[in-house]
Amino acid sequence: MEWEVVIGLEIHVQLTTKSKIFSGSSTAFGADANTQASAVDLAMPGTLPVLNEQAVKKAILFGLAINADICRDSVFDRKNYFYPDLPKGYQTTQMDFPIVGPGIVEITLSDGSTRRIRVHHAHLEEDAGKSLHEDYQGMSGIDLNRAGTPLIEIVSEPDMRSAEEAVAYLRKIHSIVTYLGISDGDMSQGSLRCDANVSIRPKGQEEYGTRAELKNINSFRFVERAIKTEVLRQIELIEDGGKVKQETRLYDSDKNETRPMRSKEEANDYRYFPCPDLLPVHVEQSVIDELLASMPELPDAKRQRFEEEFGLSAYDAGLLTGERPVADYFEAVASSAGDAKLAANWVNGELSAALNRENLAITNSPVTAEQLGGLIQRIRDNSISGKIAKQVFDALWNKEGDSADAIIDSKGLKQVSDSGALGAMVDEVLAANPEQVEQFRGADEGKRKKMLGFFVGQIMKASKGQANPGVINSLLNEKLGG
Amino acid sequence: MPNHTIADILRGLEAKTFSSEEITQQYLNAINKHDINYNSFITVTAEQALAQARAADTARQNGSAAPLCGVPIAHKDIFCTEGVRTSCASKMLDNFIAPYNATVVERLATAGVVTLGKTNLDEFAMGSSNETSYYGPVRNPWNTDCVPGGSSGGSAAAIAAGLAPAATGTDTGGSIRQPAALCGLTGLKPTYGRVSRYGMIAFASSLDQGGPMAKTAEDNALLLQAMAGFDHRDSTSMDLAVPDFRAGLNKDLSGLKIGVPKEYFSEGLDPEIASAIEASLNEYRKMGAEIKSISLPHTHLAVPCYYIIAPAEASANLSRFDGVRYGYRCENPKDLDDLYCRSRAEGFGEEVKRRILIGTYALSSGFYDAYYRKAQQIRRLIKQDFDEAFKSVDIIAGPTTPNPAFALGEKVSDPLTMYLEDIYTIAVNLAGLPAISLPAGFTKGKPIGLQLIGRDFDETTLLAAAHQYQQRSDWHQQAAPGSV
Repeated sequence: MEWEVVIGLEIHVQLTTKSKIFSGSSTAFGADANTQASAVDLAMPGTLPVLNEQAVKKAILFGLAINADICRDSVFDRKNYFYPDLPKGYQTTQMDFPIVGPGIVEITLSDGSTRRIRVHHAHLEEDAGKSLHEDYQGMSGIDLNRAGTPLIEIVSEPDMRSAEEAVAYLRKIHSIVTYLGISDGDMSQGSLRCDANVSIRPKGQEEYGTRAELKNINSFRFVERAIKTEVLRQIELIEDGGKVKQETRLYDSDKNETRPMRSKEEANDYRYFPCPDLLPVHVEQSVIDELLASMPELPDAKRQRFEEEFGLSAYDAGLLTGERPVADYFEAVASSAGDAKLAANWVNGELSAALNRENLAITNSPVTAEQLGGLIQRIRDNSISGKIAKQVFDALWNKEGDSADAIIDSKGLKQVSDSGALGAMVDEVLAANPEQVEQFRGADEGKRKKMLGFFVGQIMKASKGQANPGVINSLLNEKLGG
Repeated sequence: MPNHTIADILRGLEAKTFSSEEITQQYLNAINKHDINYNSFITVTAEQALAQARAADTARQNGSAAPLCGVPIAHKDIFCTEGVRTSCASKMLDNFIAPYNATVVERLATAGVVTLGKTNLDEFAMGSSNETSYYGPVRNPWNTDCVPGGSSGGSAAAIAAGLAPAATGTDTGGSIRQPAALCGLTGLKPTYGRVSRYGMIAFASSLDQGGPMAKTAEDNALLLQAMAGFDHRDSTSMDLAVPDFRAGLNKDLSGLKIGVPKEYFSEGLDPEIASAIEASLNEYRKMGAEIKSISLPHTHLAVPCYYIIAPAEASANLSRFDGVRYGYRCENPKDLDDLYCRSRAEGFGEEVKRRILIGTYALSSGFYDAYYRKAQQIRRLIKQDFDEAFKSVDIIAGPTTPNPAFALGEKVSDPLTMYLEDIYTIAVNLAGLPAISLPAGFTKGKPIGLQLIGRDFDETTLLAAAHQYQQRSDWHQQAAPGSV
C-alpha cells in the first residue's frame, strides 16, 4: 500500500525581550542557577503577573509577517498541572483567544516547487524552568532562570506531507523570526523548539490517521530523522496489523528511535480557564500600524529583490536569503565589491564551504564582509587571478593580514601585466623549450591552440601564478610569429 | 483606653496627651493579657511595633508626621509582611517569612501606622466563622461562645475586644463585612481594583479585595485613604484618582435614593435583624433620603455561582503550595508524587481541601461548560441586576447577614448552611461593587450589621451615609462586655 505522511508542527520560539513576560527579571541565557528568578518567578504567595508589552509587540510582528489576523482582545488562560519547574502549578498561556490568528507560510522545496503551509494560530505564553537530574545525589535540582521567559507557540495545520517539507517549514519559521529580530532562533540553547504531530494514511484517503506527538526535537537534522523514523515505525506497525496509539513519544537521537513517554506524564486534564490576574490584551489599530511600518524586509521579499536587483538565480537568491545574517553579509560584500554576482559566488562558494568546515555561523566568520568585498575588487580590476584570490581568501581566513590588499602586498601576489617583465619570462620559456617551439610552428591552427596552453602553463608556473594570462597570450602570439 | 478610634488616637498624639510608644505599649499589654480569651492574633510583633512607635514619635516631634503617624493597627495575616511570618492561618505557611511587603502594608507604613501584629483568619480566608484556622478558632468578644465571623475574624475580634483600634481585612465573599457585622464594627469592602492585591495571598483573584475594619466610618475613610490607589504591580488595580474620603464624610445626603431589595428580606432572615434594618432605614428617611423598594432578581443564584467561581480560582491559586520552594514539606517523600500529595494533604486543612476539590471538579474537562462557564454567565446577570438598580437609586441597603453570631461548632459540620450566612454579601463581590457594613442594633446581646452597597468606585457616598448615620446613633460606640 502507498502511504501518505501527514505532519503538523508546534514550534516554541523564545522572544528576545530584556525582561520576562510577567516579571522584571532578566531573560539572559547562561546565568548561575536561580539568579534570574524574582519573587514573581518563584510564585511567592501574593505575587501577581504584569504583562511585558514588548512580548506582545513581538508576537504581533510575527502575526503580521505571516499575514495573520491579530486578535484585538486576546486572553491569557491558566493551564494547570504540577511540575517542580512550574512554580505556580499552572502555565499562563492563551487558549481560546490567542493573539495571532490563522496565517500562511510559503515554503520552497529542493526541486524549486513551493507549498503554502497554514498556521492555525500562534499564542503567547511563559516558559517553564528547568529540572536538573544529575549531580544531586538522587535528588533533582530546579533552575527557575528560564521560568517566565516569553514564548510564542506557533501551531501549524497538518499540511506537511514529508519530513523534507517539515524541515523546510521549520527553517522558514526560523528565518522569519530571526529576520524580525524577535528571537535569536538558537536551537542549541532552546530558543526555538519543535514538537511534531505525525500520522500516516493510505494515499487518497481523506480521513487522518491517528497521530503521535514527537516531543522536543531540537535541531533541523533531528526533526528530519525523527519524523522519518516515526513514519517507518507507523507503517511497519500498521502493515503488521497493529494500530497507532495517540500518544506522546520522545525521539532518542543516539538510538535513532522514538519511544513513548510514561503515560503518567501525559494523563493531564489541564483545566484551562481565563487568568483572573490579567486583563484581556487589547491591541489598538495604531499599534498594529506602527509595527507594520517598522516591519523589516522579510525573506520572500528579499529573495525576489535579490533576483531582480542583482540578477541572481532563484537558487542563489534562496540560499542567500534563508538566514538574515547571511543576507546582510552578502549585501555588505556586494556593495563593497561592486559586483553582486561575484559576491554571491564567493559567499555561497568559498565562504560557505569554509564556515561549514569549521562549523561557524556567518556572524562569527573570520573574514569580514568588507575584507571579502576588497578581495573581489582586486579580482575585478585584474590585480589578481581567481586562483590567487583563493590563496588570499585563505590568508584572510587565517588572519595573516587585515585586508586583501595588505596580503597581496606582503606576499607579492599582485598579477604581473608589465609586458617588459613578462616578455623576458616568455623569452626564457621559449628558449628552454626549443622542441615545442619547433612543433608549434609546424602545427595547424587547431593544434596550435592546444599547444599554446602548454607555454602559458610554463609561464604561469615561472611567475608563481601572478602573470596576467591575457598579456601572456598576446606576447606568445607575437613571439611565436603566430 | 477603651473604645479608642483612630481619630481619637490622632487627636491624642497631636495634643501630646500620649505618645505613640505609650499607646502602642498599652495595646501590646492588652493583647498580652486578654487575647488568650479571643485568639485574635497569630503573631504579635511587639519589638517591631515599639520601634515603629518611637520612630513615629520622633517624626511627629520633627513636624514630619504622615497622616496616620503613630497609630497602631493590626494586619490580617494574609498580607505579606517583610521579615515577619505570613501564615494565612495555614500549616502550609506556618514557616513562611515573607521577603516583601504587600502594597497595602507598604502604603499604610508610608502613612505612618505602627503594626501590632498579624491577626487570625479562616485558613486561606476560606470560611465565615474563623473556625478553619490552623491556629485555632477566634472567639467573639460580644459572646465568647460565638464565632466572630470570617474570614477576617481575628481583625474583627481584636478591634471589638479593644486589642487594636483598627485592622486590615480582605473580602472575597463578605470576609470584611460579615465579621464587622457580627462584632459590631464598621468594615468596608472597596470596589474591585481600588486597593492593590499585590502581596495579599490570593484566594479568588477576581473577587478578593483588601479593605479597612474599624469602629467608625471615619476611621474607615482614614485607612482607605492610605490603602487605595493604582499599583503597577497589580494589573487589575484601577488607574483612577483617589478622592479625599474624609472630606466626603459630610457630603449632603438629602435626596439620596436608597434602594431596598425585596430579595434581601425573604425567609431565613432573623426577624429582629429585619426590624433593626427597618429602623435604620427610618433614620435615613429622617435625614432626607428617599427609600425605594427594588428587585435584584438573580440574588438567589449568587451563592451557587460564587461557590463555583471562587473555588475554581482557588484551585489554581493554591497550586503553588506544593512543598517545592517554600512552606510545608512532608517528611521523607519517596518520590515526586508523594512529595506533592503528602505535602498538600498534610499542609492544608479540611475546608481548603474541600474547596480545591470543588474548584478542580468545576474546571474539569466535560464539566467546564456546565459549571464554570454557566457561573460566569450568572455572574454577568448579577452584575446587570445592580447596573439596572443603580439607574434609579444611589445606594442599596439591607442586612449584612441573615443571622447574628452563631455558636462555635454550630455549623462546622454543615458547610452548606455556613455558606448561606454570606447570602447578602456574596453578590457584591461577584459584581465588584463597594459595600460597607455598619452597626445597626443588637439582638439578644449580639450586634446587627446594616449593609450599604454603592456604585463602582463610589466609596465616598457609602462612607458619608455610614458616617452620618453614626452621628445620630451610638450602636458603634457600644463596647463588648469583656473589652479592654
